[in-house]
Amino acid sequence: MTAATTPGAATRLDPQPGEVIDRTDRFAFTWNGVEHHAYRGDTITSALAAAGVRVFSRSFKYSRPRGILTASYLDPGCTVQVDDEPNVRGSHRRIAPGQAVTAQNVWPSLDRDVKMANQAVGRFLTAGFYYKTFIKPQRLWPTYQRVLQRFAAGGTAPDTAPDRLRYDKRYAHPDVLVAGGGPAGMKAAVAAAKHGAKVLLVEEEHELGGHLRYGDTGDLDRLALLRAEVAASDVEVLTDAVVAGRYDGNLFAVVERSAPGLTERLTKVRAGVAIVAAGLIERPYVVEGNDLPGVLLSTAVRRLINLHAVKPGNRAVVLTANPQGDAAIADLQRAGVQVWAEDARAGGDIVRILGRGGVVGVEVGDGRKVPCDLVVTATGWTATTSLLNMAGDRPVYEPRIARFLPSQLPDDVLVTGGLAGDDDLDELLDHARAAGELAAERATEPGSVRGAALPVRPIVDACLPALPLHDHPAMFRGPTHGFVDFSEDVGSKDLAAAVAEGYDSSELAKRYTTATMGPSQGKLETVNAVAAVAEATGITIGQAGTTTWRPPYAPITLGALAGRNFEPVRVSPMQPWHEVHGAAPLVAGAWIRPDHYGDPAAEVRAVRDEVGIIDVTPIGKLDLQGPDVPNLLELLYVNKWQKLDVGRVRYGVMCAEDGVVLDDGVTGRLGPDHYLMSTTSSGAAGIWEWIENWLQTERPGWDVHVTPVTTAYASMNLAGPRSRDVLAPLTDVDLSADAFGYMHVRTGTIAAVEDCVLWRIGFTGELSYELHVPAGYGLHVWETLLAAGADHGIRAFGVEAQRTLRLEKGHLIVGQDTDGLTKAGSAGLGGLVKLDKPNFVGKPELVWQQEVGVTSTLVALQPVDPTEVPPEASQIVVAGRTVGRITSSRRSPTLGRGVCLGQVPPDLAAPGTHVTVRLPDGRDIVAVVQQHLAHVDPEGARLRG
Amino acid sequence: MITLSCPWCGPRNVTEFAYGGESGARPDPATATPQPWRRYLYTNANPAGPVTETWLHRAGCRRYLVVERDTTTNEILAIRRPGGAPSTSARHATTGRATEQRP
Repeated sequence: MTAATTPGAATRLDPQPGEVIDRTDRFAFTWNGVEHHAYRGDTITSALAAAGVRVFSRSFKYSRPRGILTASYLDPGCTVQVDDEPNVRGSHRRIAPGQAVTAQNVWPSLDRDVKMANQAVGRFLTAGFYYKTFIKPQRLWPTYQRVLQRFAAGGTAPDTAPDRLRYDKRYAHPDVLVAGGGPAGMKAAVAAAKHGAKVLLVEEEHELGGHLRYGDTGDLDRLALLRAEVAASDVEVLTDAVVAGRYDGNLFAVVERSAPGLTERLTKVRAGVAIVAAGLIERPYVVEGNDLPGVLLSTAVRRLINLHAVKPGNRAVVLTANPQGDAAIADLQRAGVQVWAEDARAGGDIVRILGRGGVVGVEVGDGRKVPCDLVVTATGWTATTSLLNMAGDRPVYEPRIARFLPSQLPDDVLVTGGLAGDDDLDELLDHARAAGELAAERATEPGSVRGAALPVRPIVDACLPALPLHDHPAMFRGPTHGFVDFSEDVGSKDLAAAVAEGYDSSELAKRYTTATMGPSQGKLETVNAVAAVAEATGITIGQAGTTTWRPPYAPITLGALAGRNFEPVRVSPMQPWHEVHGAAPLVAGAWIRPDHYGDPAAEVRAVRDEVGIIDVTPIGKLDLQGPDVPNLLELLYVNKWQKLDVGRVRYGVMCAEDGVVLDDGVTGRLGPDHYLMSTTSSGAAGIWEWIENWLQTERPGWDVHVTPVTTAYASMNLAGPRSRDVLAPLTDVDLSADAFGYMHVRTGTIAAVEDCVLWRIGFTGELSYELHVPAGYGLHVWETLLAAGADHGIRAFGVEAQRTLRLEKGHLIVGQDTDGLTKAGSAGLGGLVKLDKPNFVGKPELVWQQEVGVTSTLVALQPVDPTEVPPEASQIVVAGRTVGRITSSRRSPTLGRGVCLGQVPPDLAAPGTHVTVRLPDGRDIVAVVQQHLAHVDPEGARLRG
Repeated sequence: MITLSCPWCGPRNVTEFAYGGESGARPDPATATPQPWRRYLYTNANPAGPVTETWLHRAGCRRYLVVERDTTTNEILAIRRPGGAPSTSARHATTGRATEQRP
């Protein structure tokens, strides 16, 4: 047998009064492939400890064997892999039937670990080892990285997320949040609820009760009463959940590790008042051999005996400095363990712990060597002030009790329980009751602190009576050096070395040695680390101070932060038709649109030769009503709008205050005070806010009402020489060229659907009708048009064909042919801008641009070689220097050649100029600047037909 | 995550709001010269202390708000409608009385 398992060293005890295991439900699981048995309620390590397993991991740096230390979530040496889930806290997670548990960070196995050799070369791995060792030569950094990755702690994550994982988020707005479900937290929660507050109580362990759970029968009786009080109250209780952080505005992150049906849930709690009753964490004792398997804290043996009925050893040496240690002695004796007690209050101490791979004895204070297989220490407490620090507290070290006490808090955070003072249960519960009542008052009274930003103030003003303090000896380190940080393998000797090298403050020594920076994040080791630094520098712990506690207090999985996989998409009412007809999806922001239906070139030819139809529902549509709409249009567009008659449509361009092109689209006048504005698809949300911004902040007196109707209408564009023939039989609107000319708008009925808007415009350069149909009838109208157009050769076309068509026609796309620096004069829009208008947004910059002259302008280009299609963003170069770029390019099915738009400097903008285009592959080709932006039909005869 | 007390909706998470930047006086475009105009466009005072900002309650009432905020403490000194007198102080807005003081 190896050192990892010692049969008979630990066994299951007879039933204990407070045990949490269900002896009627026994099941099998495996540990490193070997079958073991557990009772329902066992943690992974309690079940294995009952089977005699002592070693659960190898340490991070020296690969030393590690066992149970705290028997709680914090246990640094008990992180294991459960099935495909890495980094499970083995002393917290309850084992389930059939699970396969394996050790992690062991290579090649738990018993035979190659890295154990590091212990022999430990002098190379002292303080600042990373900084000293892996600096030079730089060319070896990749090698260093590969070596160090082998050392990194952690299990094996599956390549893809298992389907069983379910994460979610939730928001909660309790009047009072209580962090910590020990006796003080339970009492405070009940008191706050009785005072009329809505209360959320969060406990990290699987049950409420704190230290009473593993106490004597008197403690268990009190616990039963407290649990009954909570059960009878309206308090919402979350167990196996942790308050991981406190943020501005009393916002708390609560991680539920076993929410019903979920892997983890992150609850964002906006609390009126928070009561922190997080309690105390037992502190390990720093002495040689303090990390050996078999060295446990007094609370750990009490948990093992009283909660899980596990006998942790046969012969124990107990170093006790407080009543918890004394209670552990009583528990051990009751469990049949032989106990050698060293009472620190009477001068007792331990000099070093002996053993290799496990405890075999202790050298005690008077030099005698006592054989044993279990060492228990009860040498003091660490105050869990993490949440208080996040609320602005700067805890003060109180030498009398050898721990930190809170000093200053905002009015919306209260503290009770062991954090506030010492715990004669009755006094503690009185304090907790008062805290709960005060919290409820503050959270619910009118004009309360809820939501306001508050200054911190000394805690003496906090209106709560101070709890008494019980003297406790200041015990941090024995006569020898031992481990301070069990997660990172940092010893008190390393901290002393760091101080000797000049890293003489807690914050510096922490970063240099990595003490407190491992998975425990300081909860076990901070005070011992500070004590070691204080000792080495010759100052007191109070002067050394603590390092800064930052959120999160406890680990949160990325899954919990991400929450549910929730990515909503927008589709038009015609999407079912698109899917049936083989549309290739194009993701455009939140929209899914048809990119094409298989052959975009054929779609282009259909529009030029016969007729096509495209779904343009994502185009932004704003319904504008009120007498001041003309003033609004005049202000936001660069062109003139005062004389737009009812029934007319006009193209407009908007610029930002810096003169840069912001958006474009057409706006039509439907009635005297009624307009419909269209925007680009991507600009729909932004332009709505832009308009509201001007109306609300600069022109609050204007009478304009804006309603976004983008998805109230299904929009489609019927384009091509035969579009009139397709539409005419289906509408009551007279489509004749005289009655409904180019750039006009009509309202009417289409395919028996009333209240449709028709505008005759032509992004594609063909005779076309853009139809806005009440969304619920979109699919009906679409299918009716396709059926009616069958005899005319109608074909649905997608975004790709539309982009080609508009490029052939030389119509720019804002954001494609312009960028964040393109002012209107550089977008080929100089003629549209009416600088004689008294005022419009962007005018000052456009005036100055005209005075100075443009530095770049938009032109149409065609490669001399008709087969070339320079990719978009190809550079236009002069003597090797970039002076412009291709902004849009396609092969034109209509012309049978490549066509482009591009930005060029003014001296290259004259029609007929040959420019050099440098392609991404490095080749240079020649392209010719065209007379017009439009490659096809520059006169617009097709549009106006 | 701080809360902002919208004068229309009451205290809400700041994630409901869109930040519009420091509010600056817009020069008269008819008479503006490039230097003050571009200072208006591009420069912020970015003080450590009280600052007047524009926010939009994007996921709420979609009203633009003028917020006076202390950047060192995140204390909200006042929230009001653009152009109007302060409608309510942050302190009062947190009590639920904001609804009675709707502008």
